[in-house]
Amino acid sequence: MSDNQGPVWEIFLQKKAGQPFVHCGSLHAFDKEMALQNARDLYTRRGEGVSIWAVPSNAIVASSPEDIGPFFEPSNDKVYRHPTFYQIPDAIGHM
Amino acid sequence: MELTQFEDVFEGKLAKNEMVEPKDWMPDNYRKHLIRQISQHAHSEIVGMLPEGNWITRAPSLRAKVVLLAKVQDEGGHGLYLYTAAETLGISRDELLDNLHTGKAKYSSIFNYPTLTWADIGAVGWLVDGAAIMNQVMLQRTSYGPYARAMVRICKEESFHQRQGFEIMTHLSFGTADQKAMAQDALNRWWYPTMMMFGPPDAESPNSENAMKWRIKRETNDQLRQKFVNQTVPQVEYLGLTVPDANLKWNEAKKGYDYSEPNWAEFKQVISGNGPCNKERLAARNKAHDDGAWVREAAQAFAKKRKEVYEAA
Repeated sequence: MSDNQGPVWEIFLQKKAGQPFVHCGSLHAFDKEMALQNARDLYTRRGEGVSIWAVPSNAIVASSPEDIGPFFEPSNDKVYRHPTFYQIPDAIGHM
Repeated sequence: MELTQFEDVFEGKLAKNEMVEPKDWMPDNYRKHLIRQISQHAHSEIVGMLPEGNWITRAPSLRAKVVLLAKVQDEGGHGLYLYTAAETLGISRDELLDNLHTGKAKYSSIFNYPTLTWADIGAVGWLVDGAAIMNQVMLQRTSYGPYARAMVRICKEESFHQRQGFEIMTHLSFGTADQKAMAQDALNRWWYPTMMMFGPPDAESPNSENAMKWRIKRETNDQLRQKFVNQTVPQVEYLGLTVPDANLKWNEAKKGYDYSEPNWAEFKQVISGNGPCNKERLAARNKAHDDGAWVREAAQAFAKKRKEVYEAA
């Protein structure tokens, strides 16, 4: 069967200026302009965003679910990276 | 890892109410079940545009027309969210569409009924979208991540659909005697087909057991149907209309209404292709797809040419 739907793009939306871009879904488009226009029509029909990133799906590099242990393990034993690890005298109050 | 270890990880996720994501290992039957269910759902959204599209040019006011246009556009969007969710399971868009166009894949039986009057547009929004929402609210917590996320988005948008339908029913029910009769007629024709939307009774539903086991569904067909009746009857009473079911009665013991089952023989006929509009719907879908072929070809040719120019430069 011929593939005549165009490549898949991942769409990220910024809800308001200053906020991070969040993945909202994907779509098919033949080029950048079409990806942006389709994203606008598909994912922002009710003012859900003020800015859009469209990224070709095959350009995304993702970690594997099997990696969950070893890949993220190095951060698990470093409690001293968290502020709650440190004792601040009550007299000091909020720091 | 051994296969049994993969299975343990998968089962563990379900047990902990965690979501399964596209790259996670999953049993083949889970994948197949999801592809079938999500694609049926997507096809239903797309075919569902047809009975309502039928009234866009004949909407009774400009307000009604823009509302209906927005609703039909939403249904198209919902179909696209769902197609991309299905594609994460390893099936292509072309294959999905081909399955719809050849009649290999099914869509909700409800869209094989005709929208004969303007009141039908009210009844479809109120009852059909109401029933769909009941199912979709549950599916927001389905075990497959991309499906659940599509559902969250869809549910947010659907509530306007049901409200606009009920508004139409309100106008007609509190209008002239003829208008009220039109509303009652629409309710009479849409009540049982809507009840069928939840699927066959639990005892006869071939896919239910796996769907519950895998947490794809969290409530059974009969539970959802009961919930729908309980929610809808007071709305019918408000409108001053009558549910076309002589056996409908409040049952204090179960805190719900007793009701008549829809005609399941009719349901089987409609899903096997013999409903009032099956052929028309499929023909309309195929025509729209074929008529749009030149657009896809042109877009593809344009993108190719631009890429060549870009690479040559």
